[in-house]
Amino acid sequence: MSPRSARSTTPRNPLRDPQDRRLPRIAGPCGLVLFGVTGDLSRKKVMPAIYDLANRGLLPPGFSLTGFARRDWADEDFAQVVHDSVKEHARTPFREEVWDQLAEGFRFVPGDFDDDVAFEKLRTTIQELDQVRGTGGNHAFYLAIPPAFFGNVVGQLRKHGLTEADDAWRRVVVEKPFGHDLQSARKLNGVLDEVFPEGSIFRIDHYLGKETVQNILALRFANTMFEPIWNANYVDHVQITMAEDVGIGGRAGYYDGIGAARDVIQNHLLQLMSLVAMEEPAGFDALALRIEKQKVLSSVRLPDDLAATTSRGQYAAGWAGGEKVPGFLQEQGISPKSSTETFAAVTLHVDNRRWAGVPFYLRTGKRLGRRVTEVAIAFKRAPHQLFNPAATEELTQNALVIRIQPDEGMTVRFGSKVPGTTMEIRDVTMDFAYGSTFTEASPEAYERLILDVLLGDPPLFPRHEEVELSWQILDPILDFWVAQDKKGKRPEAYDSGTWGPASADAMLARDGRVWRRP
Amino acid sequence: MTRRLTGTNSAAIAAEFVRARTHAGSPAMGMVMTLIVVIDEDAVDSALEAARLASHEHPARVLAVVLGSSRGSADVDAEVTVGAGWGGEMALIRLSGEVVRHPESVVLPLLLPDSPVVAWWPGAAPVDPASDPLGQLAQRRITDTQTSTNPSTRALHVQCAAYSAGNTDLAWTRLTPWRALLAVSLDQHPLKVSAGSVSAERVNPSADLLVAWLASRLRVDIVRSVSDGPGVTEVVLETAEGPIRIQRDDGRHAIFSSPGNPDRPVALKRRDVPELLAEELRRLDEDNVYAATARYLTRSLASRPGSRRSPIRKGSKK
Repeated sequence: MSPRSARSTTPRNPLRDPQDRRLPRIAGPCGLVLFGVTGDLSRKKVMPAIYDLANRGLLPPGFSLTGFARRDWADEDFAQVVHDSVKEHARTPFREEVWDQLAEGFRFVPGDFDDDVAFEKLRTTIQELDQVRGTGGNHAFYLAIPPAFFGNVVGQLRKHGLTEADDAWRRVVVEKPFGHDLQSARKLNGVLDEVFPEGSIFRIDHYLGKETVQNILALRFANTMFEPIWNANYVDHVQITMAEDVGIGGRAGYYDGIGAARDVIQNHLLQLMSLVAMEEPAGFDALALRIEKQKVLSSVRLPDDLAATTSRGQYAAGWAGGEKVPGFLQEQGISPKSSTETFAAVTLHVDNRRWAGVPFYLRTGKRLGRRVTEVAIAFKRAPHQLFNPAATEELTQNALVIRIQPDEGMTVRFGSKVPGTTMEIRDVTMDFAYGSTFTEASPEAYERLILDVLLGDPPLFPRHEEVELSWQILDPILDFWVAQDKKGKRPEAYDSGTWGPASADAMLARDGRVWRRP
Repeated sequence: MTRRLTGTNSAAIAAEFVRARTHAGSPAMGMVMTLIVVIDEDAVDSALEAARLASHEHPARVLAVVLGSSRGSADVDAEVTVGAGWGGEMALIRLSGEVVRHPESVVLPLLLPDSPVVAWWPGAAPVDPASDPLGQLAQRRITDTQTSTNPSTRALHVQCAAYSAGNTDLAWTRLTPWRALLAVSLDQHPLKVSAGSVSAERVNPSADLLVAWLASRLRVDIVRSVSDGPGVTEVVLETAEGPIRIQRDDGRHAIFSSPGNPDRPVALKRRDVPELLAEELRRLDEDNVYAATARYLTRSLASRPGSRRSPIRKGSKK
């Protein structure tokens, strides 16, 4: 994840100096073609990120953005859509001069995904941009559309000669879901792989673009004090939580049949887990990181009794955060018989020397207590022959908690003497918060990832192998849940605004543990 | 929240920091550095505003020191602020009387333990910041020879001659976007540069540094010409295939021209002090490229024919 990964620079540029760390990484001449310009992803994430990059001076002169959608729009209408999205969602202040030069590079191509005329127009549009804006034939295709259409679009791109260029790169960017099981993931990859070489396919898992996630590696490998205890000798178990306080909102069409495990555990949580559990990589380049992540994911073993070690639930109607909210089965567009889970918790073992015997508990859900993502490392209890049991009654396990979002930071929990004349120990926490640093100054995950796509810098993007390994871990659990459905055992209902179903608590209680309240 | 202390000393100011933090309910400190700001009374507001904005990215203990008249009996007044938009905490310390000659005695006890110290002179700077009593406390010393009120070519020459590891000048920081674009232009056109020129308003330390940087890196003559500004208005690098030119007339938009390519617009806004300061605080080790540029500038001034008034050498500053 270093800014200076192995990129060849021939011949040497006299204005570049490895010691000159002020100079930012600026992408070479290029353009981006965005499919699905009206979706939430485009409007809330991609467009604001492009503006923020331009505002930070990280986009090349002449950068161009072409929208493609089934709308009867002119270039100006598209520019207006981007303008509104930038005004509403960009992190950096709106500056006329940045907007002006960026907006000059906006184009719009109306059409369907199977419309030959439209793709021919797209080709001429790109060629014209190369001439007028100097984008140099380098273009990335960002598919912010449902995966079902990937085949159509990349097929059309190839048919119209858009996937290859002389002395220039063509890249494709896709977002999750990368399939809904191993088989479909392979099929989806086949579709992309047929047209683009693996090095040109960029899969976005936006969690990997987050500063706090990258900081896991800094925390572990730039310090001395954590790594010696980062193993089964000292760690009791690990809890990884991604909780949302909202329901599915308007995403019924997407969510029904997908569920929490596929939506979050397969990608974000397993990626987080591999960063927490992996061995020290030989470098921060894509290959070294991938090797270590794959080793961890290949070492994951599922417990034998999935009924006792997994949990799933659906939120029920109730009150969450002072508001009356409907249950999942009452949401618009959801069948009252749906067995899609909105809460999923799984137990995973990593069968290697470092982690043997340390369970990793992963959970995610909607309509939980609050919005939070965190990784908690719970350490073994100290033997307390020195202190009598009464003195340490209030002492729990030492813990190190990495808060991914919100309130980014880190907490260390340890025991300390209660002031007074008796020897009484209780938990205290020591907190490090990044504070406001992360709200304004640091780039948003999408900025980092889009810039990396344009630079062709791949360490923060999961490769196909990682996606497949993740599905191999999750598939048996999903199959087990389908079998449960057939036996009439539906996902357990849990009250909205709580921390999930009773079976999740029972899952840890069996091991003599409890979930943290994040 | 701000609290005023009159006729005070370092210990009382330190105690007030702790009290205010505990009072705010968060005794934890996430601060990464101490920032000493040495200012004149009339620049207090603008300098503190810049420091406050920079403290969002770099939570710091900010010690703003106003040196008053050194006549009369010694007096230390302080305003201690915690919260209120600061990403850390701030003490505005006004010194008058004899203590003005010993400001380090007030500041030293207030430095955060074991973390970096930065000294910043938003206005007039000492001739040799590294041997200044307050500058000696810091490993990073930031001057600004291109202050909006009083840009000075001579001040730049003085600072470059007095360069010492850890010194840096905001005139250099202002150049980062220019330098980034120029570096990118040679990434895209890996050509040998045969000559070059920099146009800027008459007094512009940044332009002089840019000339020195280009000349030292490219090993060719760079012509400095005068334009109406604002700031740097044009840089041209001559190559065998034609010129690479970045032209900015309004201080906001630039046109990037290069051989075989259409002219491309690029936003190149002159940045404000808070942004410059935040960039400067990102790295606190020696800036080797600035060091080389400052040395080059000093050497080329000394060797300029007919120049009797050679720049002040290090060691002869006082």
